[in-house]
Formats: sequence, structure tokens, C-alpha cells
Amino acid sequence: MIKILISFLSFAFLLGQSNDMSVQEIIQAMDNNLNAKSRVLTSKMIVHGRRSSRTIESKNWVVGIDLAFTEYLSPPREKGTKMLKLGDKLWTYSPQTDRVIQISGHMLRQSVMGSDISYNDMMEDRPLEELYEATLEGSVDIDGRDHWIMFLEARVTGLSYPKRRAWIDKKYLLPVKEELYAKSGKLLKTATMSGVRKVQGRWFPSQFIYKDELKRNSKGTEWVIDEIAFDVDIPDSRFSKALLRK
Amino acid sequence: MIKFLTKGIIRDRSRSLFPVLVVTLAVAMIIFFQGFMDGVMNSMFLNSAVVSTGHVKVMTRCYKEESQLLPNDLALLETDQLVDELRQNHPDHFWTPRITFGGLLDVPDENGETQSQGPVLALGIDLLSDDSRQIEIWKLERRLIDGRLPENANEALLSTKLAGRLGLSTGETVTLIGSTMYNAFTTYNFTVVGTFKLNLGPVDRQMMLVDISGARLALNMENAASEILGYSNSLFYNDTAAVALRETFNKGYSDSIIQVLRNQQSYETLSLMEDWNNMNVKQYNILPGQRSQGLADNNMYDNIKEWGESSVEDAGVFSPTMMALRDANQMGNMVDYMSAATGLIVGVFLVIGMIVLWNMSLMNGLRRYGEIGMRLAIGESKGQVYRSMILESVIIGCIGTVIGTVFGLGLTYYMQEVGLDYSDAMESLGSTEFIFSNVFYAQVTPELYYIGIMPGVLATVLGTMLAGRAIYKREMAQLFKELET
Repeated sequence: MIKILISFLSFAFLLGQSNDMSVQEIIQAMDNNLNAKSRVLTSKMIVHGRRSSRTIESKNWVVGIDLAFTEYLSPPREKGTKMLKLGDKLWTYSPQTDRVIQISGHMLRQSVMGSDISYNDMMEDRPLEELYEATLEGSVDIDGRDHWIMFLEARVTGLSYPKRRAWIDKKYLLPVKEELYAKSGKLLKTATMSGVRKVQGRWFPSQFIYKDELKRNSKGTEWVIDEIAFDVDIPDSRFSKALLRK
Repeated sequence: MIKFLTKGIIRDRSRSLFPVLVVTLAVAMIIFFQGFMDGVMNSMFLNSAVVSTGHVKVMTRCYKEESQLLPNDLALLETDQLVDELRQNHPDHFWTPRITFGGLLDVPDENGETQSQGPVLALGIDLLSDDSRQIEIWKLERRLIDGRLPENANEALLSTKLAGRLGLSTGETVTLIGSTMYNAFTTYNFTVVGTFKLNLGPVDRQMMLVDISGARLALNMENAASEILGYSNSLFYNDTAAVALRETFNKGYSDSIIQVLRNQQSYETLSLMEDWNNMNVKQYNILPGQRSQGLADNNMYDNIKEWGESSVEDAGVFSPTMMALRDANQMGNMVDYMSAATGLIVGVFLVIGMIVLWNMSLMNGLRRYGEIGMRLAIGESKGQVYRSMILESVIIGCIGTVIGTVFGLGLTYYMQEVGLDYSDAMESLGSTEFIFSNVFYAQVTPELYYIGIMPGVLATVLGTMLAGRAIYKREMAQLFKELET
């Protein structure tokens, strides 16, 4: 009888696990899914402009939240362009000019390769738990899947998006849709993720769509991850300024 | 009769020399004044036209909406074809593509690290084509302070103010940091080959000039341009002609029903017409063929209110549209104000000139009272005397007008070529926001060839006619009394 009771309770716990999670646990779970000790990925960014679309391929090496190196593989004009992030500093190298230029100040607000993603977006990789205070607003069914609606408000100053609202898939524990707001409450960007699949034991989306809501007639930018590997050993030399020119 | 009177005028110098001299002087002064005012006005417009507006310019409709932001993602594409079409259809203008862009100029040190940086407003203009007149209209050879003009795509000219601020001199390389027409971050190296000074106030404070091919490479804008600028071949801005050209072009390029629906002029025209079928021929003719055809095929004019609510973007927003110089920011008011001011000043001058000539004719007539009395006394009729005096003044007026026009045009042409330099006076004014040249040039315009007729001939004849009225008032008895004395 006791065994049956224990089995029933265990089953009930498993079933109700996600619904009973605290806000803090949900954010931690999201951070765990989205962040890793290190990752290497190859991706395509499809920028849908007002007149045409462009596809930009790149390879990224990322360690934690401080180190990132990106090399653009195509189109020919962008091939060989590299970017290096060391903490809160960002450098870019263009083979056309053979110059390493630090991107700072207002330039961080510019879009990356004409996409709907800014350099600032790239820089803010810190876990949500560190940056935001979250409250649950409720649950909603989207396409037959249960989601939490979570509202996040900045607990630190200087963030690009002091407020955000996320629709979090209860099974995947990923924000499949996000609205990013200014402090005034003005909607700045929307982001959706899809194509969730299990990679090395974690749920990870393979496609993101970002849309800059301030751009008139913006059609958004797709970011498609072709290959991704987590917890890969990346040598420190990968993140040196000298490598930008090589 | 004309031969008789002409001989009389030539033989009696008191009747010919002084009146012809006065008419000549008055006509020459009026012509020169008109030409000078036209030239000054045109010079002011030309500076604005060269730096930003053109006499007319073509851009996409969405670029026009956001032009203050220099949105090169909305630039004109396939500009070579469009320029060819414009050259073919409007040969009285010359057409040139231009890319206007902003960014940062980054000056590297010997290790390639940033030494100094500053904002730049750059213009990609056609400096290298054989048939380009950009060097001429920018007067670059005269305005070059140091170095030489660009000879290839990677060479740039910097304003002396910008070069000074960045500590740059000729021969150094500078990196442009900006955005491509796809809004992607871009860097591009230019070699500074010269510095220039426009002498147009603060306009060139942050200015860099490069050839359009260099701008296209830097901004990934192959065969694209922010705008295509058009200038009349004579470089004289004729507002009426520019507005007419704009109307013709914009009608011709409204070639889809969607464009029609989004076109403000069509909106306005259609809103006046409650019922398409009740349109009269005159109203129908207001619409160009493509529009009326399109509207006839689509009964969409019944739903005018719905058009405004539609937010679907269509290709029409990228269709080219033309603006005249007067459509640029506040330039319309300036054109109207300057035209009115010039008209008023020249008008006042014209009236004064006419009064002088009129008065001269009047005095001339009065001086000849004795002669007229004699002619009447010996049997000539009053009508004959009156007509001969008028004919005489027509001859004097014509001779004076022709000579005065020749002198006036000559002087105007001289000032058109040489100009009146008042740089010293401008230096004392300090900086100004207004684009204003330091040298005044006159301008020979077609109207100068006939403007002298009004004061030269008409005023002279009117004065004579007024003086001649006295002939009819005089009695025979009075005449004989005058002859006795």
C-alpha cells in the first residue's frame, strides 16, 4: 500500500512538476537551456529587408557570457569579417580595410549586418536571473501547448530592454515568444523561437525570428542554427585580438 | 517721311544726341540691373542646388518621406537606366546621380589603432566621368586649398575644417565607418588627396567629397544612388520650367493602379468627383492616360475611404518621384520671396527710368514750341505735326533702345563672367547658416533682350504724346503773337 502511495505521489509530482515551479526556478531552467559553459555553432541569418532578403552565414565560438568570436563565411562581401567580444568590449575586423575597429557608444545600437539584432543585443548575454525581477501573469494555451506568461522588469540599470514579456513553453522551459519594451513601455522588439529540439540533453530552438518594431515595414530577421555543440573545449587563443587579422 | 525725319534728327544734334544718350543710358542701366538681380538670385539658388537640391531631383517616394535620415536603404536602383531616360527625355538638363551618407571617419595611427575620430557628412558625386559637370558646378578647381582632385574611387576630398579637426593632411588614409544600403555595418578606406573650402558658411564643416563609384563600393550600392540631380544646361534656375518638368515626370511615372491610389494628387482629383460617370471631358483630361485607364478598369474609386486604411506596402513606394528646387525645405518661400523682391526692385527702377525718359520727351517737346508754332503758321496741320513728332520719338527710342540693349547686355555679360567679389565683407559677417556665395555674378537671360523696349520706346513716345497735346490747344492768333516776339 505504501509502495502504491509512493508511486502515486511520484507520478503526481512528475506530472505537476512544471506547473508547480516557482518563478525563480522557471528563469533558472530557461537560463540553463539557453546558456552553456561553451558552445560552437554555425548559423544563417536571413535578413528580410523592405526590398529583398539577404542570407549571411557565420560561425560562432562562445565561452560563458564574456567571450565570443564570430567569423562571417558568406556572402562574399562579408566573408572574412570577424567580431570579438571580450566582456563589455566589442571589436570588428574587416578584411577590406584591414582595420580592427572597436564598436562602442552609439555604434552599439546599430544593427548587426543590417538585421533586426543590434550589437547591444549581442552584448547582453548575462542570465535573465541576474538582470530581471520576474512575475507570472498567468497561463495560456498556444497551438495546443501550455505556456506561462511572465513579465520581467530590470533590476539593474542600463539594459537595452528594461521590460520584457515572455511566453514560456511549460515543457521545453524556453521563451518561445518575447516582447521587449523600453522603460516607458513602448514595444521595441519581438522575438520568437521555434524548431525546438534536444541537443546534448537540453531543449534548444533551431530558429529565431527577431523583429525591430521601430523599423517601419520591418519584415524581421530569421536566425537559423544549422549546427550547435555545447560544452566544447575552446582554446583561449580563439579570443585574442591578434586572431581577428588572421 | 521716315527718311526725312531721320535726316532731321541726325543733322540737329540737339534733337538727337541728348535724347538718344539718355534713352541709351536708361535702357542699359535697366538691363544691367535686371541681369544683376537675376544673377544674384540665381547664384543663391545655384549654391543650394549644387550642395543639396539640384534644380530638380529624383528619388524614391519613400526616400523623400524620410530624406532627413539619409535612408540609403530606400535609394534608387538601376540608376544608369534612369539617368539615360532622363537625358533622352529632358536634354535641356544634365543629370547626375549622387549618394549622400553619414558616418564616422576614423584616423588610424601607425599601429592601425584609432588615433582620432569624428562625424562626417559625405557626398558621392560623379567626379570621374568624362561628361560630368560636377567639378565645374562645385567650382572644385577654384575651391581646392591643398592637394589635387580625386582620380580614382578610393580617393577623397575633405573640407579644410574637417581635415583640421581630425589632424589629417593629404596622402593619409582614413577609414569610413558607416552603414551599407542594407543597413549593415561597413568600413572602407579612403585616401585623402586634397582639401577644399566652399566659402558657404558652415555647410562644409563635416563634408567629405568622393567619387560616386567609391561611395558605391563603400556602401554596397552598385548602380544605386540616393538621388539623381538635374540642372538646366545654362545653370539658370527657372522656377516655372522646373515645376512643369516635375509635373510631367511625376505623371509619367505613376504607372500602376496602386500608385494611383496612393498618389495624393489622384486622391484630391478623385475626391472632387462623386460620380465617375458624370465626369466632364475637362475633368477627364486632367488625369493622365495611365491613371484614367487604370481607374476605368478598376471600380475602386467607389471605395476611396478604404485606400487610406490599407497599410500593405507596395512596390510603388520605391518608384521615382521628382522634386523641384522650390519643394525643398523652405526653398519655395525663398523662391517666391526672392522673385517678388526682385520684381519689385526692378519694377521701381523701371518706373523711375520711364519717368525720366517721359520727362525728357516732355521737355524736348516744350523746347520746340517755337518750331511747332512756325510749322503750324506756314500751313502744316496739327495732326501732321503731332504724327511727325511721335514718329521722331519712335526713331529716337528705337536707336537708344538698341544701343542701350547692346551696352547693357555687354556689361551684364562682363559681370556674368567676372563677378563682383565681396569676400572681405563676408568675412566680417562671421559664420552664417545661409548658403551664400562670396562673389556676385550677373546673368544674361532671354528677357534682357526685350526688356529695354518698354522704357526706351514706350516711355519716350508717351512723353512726346503728352507734350504734343499742347499743339491742339494752341490758337492761331497766339501763334502769330509768339512769332512777333
